[in-house]
Amino acid sequence: MNMKKAVFGGLTLLLSNIVAAETITIATVNNGDMITMKELSGDFTQKNPGIELKWVTLEENILRQRVTTDVATAGGQYDIMTIGTYEVPIWGKQGWLTELNKLDENYDEADLLPAIRSGLSINDKLYAAPFYGESSMVMYRTDLMKKAGLTMPKAPTWAFIKKAALAMTDKDAGVYGICLRGKAGWGENVALLTSMSNSFGARWFDENWKPQFNTQEWKDTLDFYVDIMTEAGPPGASANGFNENLALFQTGKCGMWIDATVAGGFVTNVKDSEVADKVGFALAPDNGLGKRGNWLWAWTLAVPASSQKTDAAMKFISWATSKDYAALVAEKKGWANVPPGTRTSLYNNPEYMQAAPFAEITLASIESADPVNPTVKPVPYVGVQFVAIPEFQGIGTAVGQQFSAALAGKMTVEQALMSSQRLTERAMRKARYPK
Amino acid sequence: MSINNTHKEKILYSLLAWTISGLLFFPILWTIITSFKTEAEAISASPSLFMFEWTLENYRDVLQRSPYFLHFWNSVVISIGSSLVGLCIAIPAAWSMAFVQTPRTKNLLMWMLSTKMLPPVGVLIPIYLLFRDFGLLDTKLGLVIVMTLINLPIMIWMLYTYFREIPKDILEAARMDGASIGAEIVHVLMPIALPGIASTLLLNVILAWNEAFWTLILTAANAAPLTAFIASYSSPEGLFYAKLSAASAMAIIPILILGWFSQKQLVRGLSFGAVK
Amino acid sequence: MATTQSRTLARFMLMPAVLLLLAWMIVPLCMTLYFSFLDYNLLTPGNEEFIGFLNYEFFLTDPAFMASFFNTLLLVGGVLIITIGGGIGLAILLDQAIWGRNYVRILVLAPFFVMPTVSALVWKNMLMNPVNGLFAHFTSLFGMAPIDFFAQIPLLSIIIIVSWQWLPFATLILLTAIQSLDSEQLEAADLDGAGPISKFFYIVLPHLSRAITAVILIETIFLLSIFAEILVTTNGGPGYESTNITYLIYTQSLLQFDVGGGSAGGIVAVIIANIVAIFLMRLIGKNLEG
Repeated sequence: MNMKKAVFGGLTLLLSNIVAAETITIATVNNGDMITMKELSGDFTQKNPGIELKWVTLEENILRQRVTTDVATAGGQYDIMTIGTYEVPIWGKQGWLTELNKLDENYDEADLLPAIRSGLSINDKLYAAPFYGESSMVMYRTDLMKKAGLTMPKAPTWAFIKKAALAMTDKDAGVYGICLRGKAGWGENVALLTSMSNSFGARWFDENWKPQFNTQEWKDTLDFYVDIMTEAGPPGASANGFNENLALFQTGKCGMWIDATVAGGFVTNVKDSEVADKVGFALAPDNGLGKRGNWLWAWTLAVPASSQKTDAAMKFISWATSKDYAALVAEKKGWANVPPGTRTSLYNNPEYMQAAPFAEITLASIESADPVNPTVKPVPYVGVQFVAIPEFQGIGTAVGQQFSAALAGKMTVEQALMSSQRLTERAMRKARYPK
Repeated sequence: MSINNTHKEKILYSLLAWTISGLLFFPILWTIITSFKTEAEAISASPSLFMFEWTLENYRDVLQRSPYFLHFWNSVVISIGSSLVGLCIAIPAAWSMAFVQTPRTKNLLMWMLSTKMLPPVGVLIPIYLLFRDFGLLDTKLGLVIVMTLINLPIMIWMLYTYFREIPKDILEAARMDGASIGAEIVHVLMPIALPGIASTLLLNVILAWNEAFWTLILTAANAAPLTAFIASYSSPEGLFYAKLSAASAMAIIPILILGWFSQKQLVRGLSFGAVK
Repeated sequence: MATTQSRTLARFMLMPAVLLLLAWMIVPLCMTLYFSFLDYNLLTPGNEEFIGFLNYEFFLTDPAFMASFFNTLLLVGGVLIITIGGGIGLAILLDQAIWGRNYVRILVLAPFFVMPTVSALVWKNMLMNPVNGLFAHFTSLFGMAPIDFFAQIPLLSIIIIVSWQWLPFATLILLTAIQSLDSEQLEAADLDGAGPISKFFYIVLPHLSRAITAVILIETIFLLSIFAEILVTTNGGPGYESTNITYLIYTQSLLQFDVGGGSAGGIVAVIIANIVAIFLMRLIGKNLEG
């Protein structure tokens, strides 16, 4: 009698486990590629009927707040988090991420672009899988360049950019030679200006974690930025972030725009952009010092250590960052919309290279960025357009506010740099650096 | 009571009223119109009011991309739930403060209002930790509790001011007739106070509907209300103006409809010491 | 009129509210107070140590502190002035006999129903944008240079946006008050030969004082912690021009997950808010009674 009960009970348990769906909660940013991933996720659930997906889609800053709070307090709300190359080193150090050791066998980790992969690994073990990678590049109007009688080289210098910007500017006609980010924020203007400063030979901190805003290199950077934007930039630049500049470029108001490589797909999209067929691409400028002004960023999928569903989570991650997924997107949305910047195989694919005019420069930009050695002079941190320390978000935003004020003409470059120096020193003292 | 107007004055005032209210409403109108434009049209440098190709694609995309009805239902449950729960606590409290005056009443009232002074950003982590420990994260129950508590002071205060206007003789008369306090409240007070109670309820539904801090922090996929729905359409790296407008329209319209049907209530009930 | 029986019952009925609010206030407050004395960063847990008043020191000596303090006062004051002034005007207007009064009323009330983030986004991108926005479009029609709202007048721009949101609330409350104004009083004043201005100042305004007080009190509570609008539009910049205390706490502490610093900032904010409240009570407290 008891045997029967036991067998029956065991069978029921077994059956219910097979039938019951496992639910994983995925937190993601609301960028175009993520939205596509959500749309196409039916393909995953079809192939894995035991797994159900729940989505939390939010704006980047709010999402970052939420997932960080959750992972740090072990809230357990999410099984997969979309995090960036900024979070991975910091969180990995704390042991908050699960090592991705159960990915599909044909995942082909070696196919991942080395620059991106190194930023996501600790001791050569992968802790986050890249969903898409980006760098920054110059997008320019081929027609306006021709009108100004200039040809954009593949690897321009900042001096050339200034020349071109001034030549293309026609304020009366509402055309501005160059559009750059000005909105305050560590991920907004500071990302741009930090990468820019790398190419001017500047750095955030020296080897002893002393802020370097009082150096000539930073002065050169900010002077150049404010000058070129005042003479050739659009009004209201100090509040313009990615979106605003995208709108300006798409409606034909910018001669050049230096920003994320993902914009390549947007500005060449005939549906949204008035200048879709008049766009050229070039590498981010430099000053001949050995580092170019481009950044490196990747949105990645990671599994928090507190998740109970790591197997299912890794299955999803394998699916979403695989070569098959790229092919799926190509089939449904065209090659130009495949998530860029993660796998070498994508860039060896002639169909992709043909469909995406920005692909070549994107790849070259990503490959030239080195998060471990981002600057001309040595630094104690990793990160090209950010400093991978927890305090950076606050410091970066505060410094961004100073830069934005300088651009708006509310203070001089000297004053902005002096305030930035002071507030960074203060913050580093509070955080007890050097540690 | 209105002042008597001549016909000419009526025309003038109507014109003025319509112009001003039109101007005030214009941003909302613009959002609704933009929701019918394509994304390219939405950012165009020469915006047009009517002359463009009207499309429903934004609404279609939004409905496809997000579980609108889940969010809508969450918003409804959280707003109405917290307002009703709040009323249950606030009505007795306001009654006792209005009809049983003690010298400490005013201070008590001020203290209650002062509980709203702690900025949410400052208590984010403590509350998050508390909710995590009690298993309230991402639950509608958790949000109902938070909304009730943060709006309770306002509810009590509004009801208090309203109750104080009610002539005490009516209640006296009821008590003289031998009615117990309970009966007094239910059969005499409530009917008179209904407008005040209704408008307090309405105001709190609106406040809870629009609360965009705790509703974003304490929810994930299950209990997220419309505020999270909207937050998923504004992005620092991608242009969704038209879709954002469509999402906003879908979030605003229900509450606008509610406001339309209840405006008389709102106006009648929000009298701060001015009821005759 | 209150018997002993009703007194005890009253206390009984008050208890749930008081206990709940007490718990709601005390528990987070104590935790916040506790954290404010620690060096507690969420991203480096396990390293908390007691550091006394260091967090407070850092918060109060922040170069942005004085600026954000004044910005907070300006923000609250500016919105109060616009909403009450505009509210009185609108209330008087809506009190007149006009066609389609119900429709006008809902149009005026509508901004209050919109989520703060949405309002801010609409104003920033569709109206105030100096290149693509509607305002720029209008100024260009008149041949003038567009105003760069968020660079030149950031705080004022935010005041405009927030006032737009709160004007309906003030109008609503003041409208109810006006509608209860005894027309006999006004007619008597007419007979005495009083002009509209003196009628306004000597009859209407005093009658509204209770309602105005209510508006000031409720709005101040909400306006002290304005946050979403700043986050969406200016991120507190340029410089510190549109940072208020709440936003300062956010950037200085929450953004880098510095729980200790954020808690200290929160306590400071509470103290400031209470000072403002006491000040307000002194000023208009008598209007609450009577």
